[in-house]
Amino acid sequence: MPTARYAGADVCVNDEGFFTEPGQWTEAMAPEIASQEGIGELTDRHWQVIKFMRHQYEAKGTGPTVRVLGKTSGVTIKELYEMFPKGPAKIAAKIAGIPKPRGCI
Amino acid sequence: MTQRIIVLGGGTGGTLLANRLRRQLDRDSAEIVVVDSDNEHVYQPGLLFIPFGLARPEALVRPRQHQLRAGVEFRCSAVDHVDLENDTVLLADGTSLSYDVLVVATGARLMPEETDGLLGPGWLEKVFSFYSLDPAVALRQALARFDGGRLVVGVMDMPIKCPVAPLEFSFLADWYFRKRGIRDKVELTYVTPLDGAFTKPTCNRELSGLLTDKGIRLITEFNTGEVDGRDRRLISYDGREVPFDLAVLVPLHGGQAYVDRSPGLGDELGFIPVDQHTLQAKARPNVFVIGDAADVPASKAGSVAHFEGEIVARNICRHLAGEPLNAGFDGHTNCFIESGFGKALLIDFNYDIEPVTGRFPGRIGLPLLRESRLNHLGKLAFGWLYWHMLLPGRNIPAVPGQMPRAGKHAAGTSHLGPAPD
Repeated sequence: MPTARYAGADVCVNDEGFFTEPGQWTEAMAPEIASQEGIGELTDRHWQVIKFMRHQYEAKGTGPTVRVLGKTSGVTIKELYEMFPKGPAKIAAKIAGIPKPRGCI
Repeated sequence: MTQRIIVLGGGTGGTLLANRLRRQLDRDSAEIVVVDSDNEHVYQPGLLFIPFGLARPEALVRPRQHQLRAGVEFRCSAVDHVDLENDTVLLADGTSLSYDVLVVATGARLMPEETDGLLGPGWLEKVFSFYSLDPAVALRQALARFDGGRLVVGVMDMPIKCPVAPLEFSFLADWYFRKRGIRDKVELTYVTPLDGAFTKPTCNRELSGLLTDKGIRLITEFNTGEVDGRDRRLISYDGREVPFDLAVLVPLHGGQAYVDRSPGLGDELGFIPVDQHTLQAKARPNVFVIGDAADVPASKAGSVAHFEGEIVARNICRHLAGEPLNAGFDGHTNCFIESGFGKALLIDFNYDIEPVTGRFPGRIGLPLLRESRLNHLGKLAFGWLYWHMLLPGRNIPAVPGQMPRAGKHAAGTSHLGPAPD
């Protein structure tokens, strides 16, 4: 299993860089992961989404899809794409240190 | 004392479950009522064939009531809401029905209005769907008139019913235009929000290969934000565009509207959270869910409802008897994938095991994950099985509720433990 180093700590990730053990994540790691994904600065709106992702993962065992994010996070899908241009559900999950959202089957 | 079981929805899951329960429970011990807003049961797997003139619309519809055994009451009314606190269903016609056990079997609802522009200019002229009867019939006429240009098949977002159906549509479109001798004038494109043709890796490789072989372009990770029927293009949330002359779109899906009006019952999309092995609703112990209405991580497909039926019926009987539930549902899904030219593939999988190659249901059987004429005949035969075996709630001979392992090649399933035989 590959590892990555953020904020001075080694964490377990999968081949695509998603955390496999979300308990290893700390808020201090988020800016570093974000910058790897081409997001320069995390605004309050970014943090709103990141915290929402963590909360959803803890409640449901998987991160939400873009559509659910748009319905429930308080941020519209359009704005989510402006904040996470490469795909809000995946990128926000990566920054929030949770596994890749389970695609619907 | 007679207990009352109310089944909301007279589609595949509700019908087969009511019939199973009627056989298992004495009429003195349980009253079974099925509620649906109309009396038209549509054989949904047949919708795919309508646009290509391979099925007649009237042949796909039968009265819901006639699919129910004697001793099952049918009520034709929409549901206003469910009052979980008081074990009561309020119907749109004003009556209220109390229940001892409630079964939610109202499936998924198509929500084309949730995508900007989908129902706007061009709808049923340049923009179609084959997921319901009338648009599928309109599409048949549009396809017959289509003599060249860009045909785009697009999935708005997951989850959708029968996730392989839009791929099958693309394969059949390739076949259809070849048969008409104009394939070289048609540019076929498949647009999906997923990062591949299908969610399951092994299957994805096979299906992507088929798209390539048939000259169908694949555009992935495309989340459609707007359908512009006037300028004939799909626009994604991240600003990409796919132009079309004819678009065949699978609209967004959600649960039924009454779920949103029933406090505590559904999730943000209107699907019902359940225990994925017992199919008991998380909201209440006397509520069970079958078919597309459940939030289980399995395909929304008739085969899933069929395999769930055995477990849900058993668990309702156990619940009524005060016994512990059976956690036996493994996510078993079985789909024929029509690939054109009289051939089809078959896939069989569950929550844990991906579709693999081999044979189904055992070593001598239909080939898995490979195009064959046998599978196409299997798909055609399934129409008869649906009305005569599946809806009556019978087990299909040699096809068990839990996913069979005999005959399957374990390659590609490194996480798979030793097979039982």
